[in-house]
Amino acid sequence: MDKILKLLNDNAHYSDADIAVMLGMEEKEVSEHIRRLERDGIICGYKPVVDWEKEDDTLVTALIEIKVIPKQDEGFESIAKQIMTFEEVESVYLMSGGFDLAVMVQGKTFREVAMFVAKRLAPMDSVQSTATHFVLRRYKEMGVKLSADEEDDRSFVI
Amino acid sequence: MDYNSMLNPVVRDMKPSGIRKFFSIAEEMDDVISLGVGEPDFKTPWHVREAGINSLRSGKTRYTANAGLKRLREEISEYMYRRFDLKYSVPQVMVTVGGSEAIDLCIRSVVSPGDEVIIPEPCFVCYDPITRMSGGIPVPLETKVENCFKITPEELEAKITDKTKLLILPYPNNPTGAVMRREELERIAPVIERHNLFVLSDEIYAELTYGGSRHASIAEIDGMYDRTVVVGGFSKAYSMTGWRLGFACGPEPLISQMIKVHQYAIMCAPTTAQHAGIEAMRSGDEDILEMRGQYDMRRRFIVNAFNSIGLDCFEPEGAFYVFPSIKRSGLSSEDFCEKLIYSKRVAVVPGTAFGESGEGFVRVSYCYSIEHIKEAVSRIKDFLDEFGV
Repeated sequence: MDKILKLLNDNAHYSDADIAVMLGMEEKEVSEHIRRLERDGIICGYKPVVDWEKEDDTLVTALIEIKVIPKQDEGFESIAKQIMTFEEVESVYLMSGGFDLAVMVQGKTFREVAMFVAKRLAPMDSVQSTATHFVLRRYKEMGVKLSADEEDDRSFVI
Repeated sequence: MDYNSMLNPVVRDMKPSGIRKFFSIAEEMDDVISLGVGEPDFKTPWHVREAGINSLRSGKTRYTANAGLKRLREEISEYMYRRFDLKYSVPQVMVTVGGSEAIDLCIRSVVSPGDEVIIPEPCFVCYDPITRMSGGIPVPLETKVENCFKITPEELEAKITDKTKLLILPYPNNPTGAVMRREELERIAPVIERHNLFVLSDEIYAELTYGGSRHASIAEIDGMYDRTVVVGGFSKAYSMTGWRLGFACGPEPLISQMIKVHQYAIMCAPTTAQHAGIEAMRSGDEDILEMRGQYDMRRRFIVNAFNSIGLDCFEPEGAFYVFPSIKRSGLSSEDFCEKLIYSKRVAVVPGTAFGESGEGFVRVSYCYSIEHIKEAVSRIKDFLDEFGV
């Protein structure tokens, strides 16, 4: 795995200078490499990992399982692309197993999310069925532990 | 009862480790950010923990053979060959309670009253008191920053007398992070051979050697194998400090003596830890690679950070410590650390905790996340600014 990419994946907040020092490279080399990753669409964006529970302005998230009747020649592509255009949709994955698409939807209230599913997703042409699972609590997000206040339990031995 | 007059004077007069003092201060304060501990922040890899748990589940709760489980000794033997090109047969390998016990056993088995033991300083704190308990005489060999804290043949030669029995070789070094590369070991080997010394090579940090070439052991150098006990362990390589598991490899006539001492003092290393150790050696090479990669990045980061706030820091090539010079502060190591912890709540260890030659330096551990290191260094910078250093 690309070393720079791996570091940014751990913490996208590292400056180019930090990364250069850690990997023993020139800062210019690092900057150029990152610009290239961005240009090539390998790095598609940067976002913070937010523990929304600690924010007053809480957002509700649900995982929607969708069963789809794939269209001839297009398979799941066209429906997935249609779904991803909705602003409420955080992510769309094609899945193996019991259903076809996993869609993460975010809204201000449970009702808002439920209505979005009922009014926008469920009636779509090739959607056979949906199942909505609300997220109640996040423990870990994108590799970052949210709830555990892990203390440094190392003691000073000698 | 007058305990003082009744106690063993060697033990009574033994000083507690100088590292402790600062930690007691730190423990009483809130919001202390420490760069003090000498223990990995990684947890033991899951597959290794599972091996320990499984051994308990299947009722492996008895003593093992004194020298350790045969399977573990076989794994250690293979490991030493695979990683360091050193050939040890099973009878030349013993399993101990951490590297610390192996050090104790080796010194006790070799040193008689009046024997001199050469101890390069700054170094880990245990060699001197253990030597004294055996009635031996510790002879410090002060290594110098201009030699990157390595031993030169001239310095070694100058410390040898007709009473010298043992040379301690603590590389990669705690607290300096210095390593001795093969060429440097080859230069001191003839001196060791000429004076017929034993060598206790404490290689507990062997896996944490950075830069181009892998760790070289003195036992690989011509004429050294038969006079060297190599001490290794699981604590640093596999983040297994709390399991208390280490080992010693060396010539059979010496290891068999060490096993006798071990048999009477300890019986055997913890059985659960030994089962976990088998798994670590069998399938832990990848874990070592991953952790070493992380340490290496932190090492570069912290060396750069100290140099950029004006505390000269030579680039260590091993272990997980840096040893920046604080001489330009005009303070002694102890004063520096005390003022730093009281005013900025950053805990580092004075270099003098590792021998007098550590004066003018502090030991800083980088077993911490980059974010943690950043915060600590920025507080140290504020400290330097405030004190007009």
